[in-house]
Amino acid sequence: MPPVLPDAPPPRARPRRSRHRPAWEEPPSKAGAVSKVVVLAVVVLAVVFPLYTVVLTSLSTQAETLRAGGLVTVPGELTLNAYTQILSGGVVTRAALVSVGVTAVGTVLSTVVSVLAAYGLSRPGSYLHRPILFVFLITMFFGAGLIPTYLLVSGLGLIDSYWALILPGAVSAFNVLILRNFFMGVEPAIIDAARIDGAGDWRILGAIVLPMSKAAVAVVALFYGVGYWNAFFNAMLYINDNAKWPIQLVLRSYVLQGVSLPGGGTGTVDVATGVVTGLPVQMAVMVLAVVPILLVYPFVQRHFTKGVIFGAIKG
Amino acid sequence: MAAPSGPPPRRLSRRAQIARDRSLLLMVLPAVVLLAVFAYVPMLGNIMAWSSYSPYQGFFSSPWVGWENFERVFSNPLFLNAVGNTLAITAFQLVFFFPVPIFLALLLNSVMSPRVRTTIQSIVYLPHFFSWVLVVTLFQQMFGGAGLLNQTLRQHGYAGFDLMTNPDTFLVLITMQSVWKDAGWGIIIFLAALSTVSPELYEAAAVDGANRWRRMWHITLPALRPVVILLLILRLGDSLTVGFEQLILQRGAVGVGVSEVIDTYVYYQGVVYGDWSFAAAAGLVKGVVSLALVLGANKLAHVFGESGVYKRA
Repeated sequence: MPPVLPDAPPPRARPRRSRHRPAWEEPPSKAGAVSKVVVLAVVVLAVVFPLYTVVLTSLSTQAETLRAGGLVTVPGELTLNAYTQILSGGVVTRAALVSVGVTAVGTVLSTVVSVLAAYGLSRPGSYLHRPILFVFLITMFFGAGLIPTYLLVSGLGLIDSYWALILPGAVSAFNVLILRNFFMGVEPAIIDAARIDGAGDWRILGAIVLPMSKAAVAVVALFYGVGYWNAFFNAMLYINDNAKWPIQLVLRSYVLQGVSLPGGGTGTVDVATGVVTGLPVQMAVMVLAVVPILLVYPFVQRHFTKGVIFGAIKG
Repeated sequence: MAAPSGPPPRRLSRRAQIARDRSLLLMVLPAVVLLAVFAYVPMLGNIMAWSSYSPYQGFFSSPWVGWENFERVFSNPLFLNAVGNTLAITAFQLVFFFPVPIFLALLLNSVMSPRVRTTIQSIVYLPHFFSWVLVVTLFQQMFGGAGLLNQTLRQHGYAGFDLMTNPDTFLVLITMQSVWKDAGWGIIIFLAALSTVSPELYEAAAVDGANRWRRMWHITLPALRPVVILLLILRLGDSLTVGFEQLILQRGAVGVGVSEVIDTYVYYQGVVYGDWSFAAAAGLVKGVVSLALVLGANKLAHVFGESGVYKRA
């Protein structure tokens, strides 16, 4: 789904709702209340339960998974073996480091470039700002296509280079426009005052606009960061050398396809039973693939509802 | 200086304007360079669809063949099958995915306690940030041949089934995955629309004797209408794009017959089988039709009085 641009009016704080039922609203019927609780509980469980069994299995011993016949749902004997195994060198450790590196460099680069571009386009009436805006907009409507992009990246000699994971998607016009929309909502009087005091655009951006837009920058940085961390297809396209694989490619080969990698632990499929041995290790790889997101998410997610991306969804 | 408080004086010469806005232009430069190289150069690169590109002859010395690649694309049964699958997946998801966030948003909006509401929200947003590899792997662990569901079924003496490799239920499977991953995220926009409804409207309706259902019918649903129409139109405009990574990950397990979509077809024909110009032509057809659909959909949004993806200005 293409992104929906935030509309011109600046985001509005969500009105605080009272925790009390208004006098005119009749209390829900018993059946209504029960079914509401049931549906919401099912929804929450559907998200939480798979994560729970995966984490639990990754912490269980191999014997425990055999006794359970696969994934473990009731905690038994717990151990960190699987984690010490995948993090003591080998394919998984290296892939995790690659992903951390690409994500860190990519996120900083994308965020800085996008913030600068968004501010540069946010001062109405500046030279060429409309045509340049158009240059950004077009990329949201027409993608160049996979084949010419692939040939360009390979023509630039970026195959098997980490830059191939960063540069082709480094700027998202959508994120630039979110930021621009936010920057344009900053009170013009404050900017004018700073300008009269002799501040240039760099100073205004750094000292006034950025501090006032922390929430938007945090959300955009999260979008970029998640994109880099989750990048699977670009890696599959451009990284052939499996010593340079990021974590998502390892997850696919090692867990989804049951391929055992040299130095990757003991993940092999028993052809006769179809049961994958080394299940705790495999589940530990899955956990490793979400941990960074779970670490950052609580700090950023409150900004979603604070109206940062009101009227804007990215799907 | 570029004061935001009014249009710039017209009399400034171009040189003076550049001098005035040089820091702004400098700020935009890195992003423009990146887009020029990685978005615009490949757009131009699409002219290879009219050549018979060979990596050995290079981009410019490969022979030009006119519309031959496009004729091959349109007479290719595999491409037509991919188009059919793409449209089938879009249609199925429109019916079974699209209403889910609306329903969840209505349900969540009716929860009184703000704490419960925000807790549930943060939980259901979360899967949106997981990679497709992880989502598919989770589904395999839950519903696959050796997964938790089958494990439980077998322990209780039932025959197992493998949802992950069954072409007949593939549409159901990928829709379940999409719902799990993105339905929660989709509610944001509906909750935003609901939060703008004035409580006085409800109060007035209640005083006039409208019960819970009538209030939902006459106040809540009309408030959602613009967002629903907008998203529906956008989805239609985007109907040739379905989850690329999701499908490429599961193509091997269920077979090409049901899982090949235009994007995966282009990838395999070009990158894997090396029929570069043919794949570029197929990709270009998709890109142009998609562009037309998006622009058409946006026009339609304007007809319905919505602002659409971009503004009319």
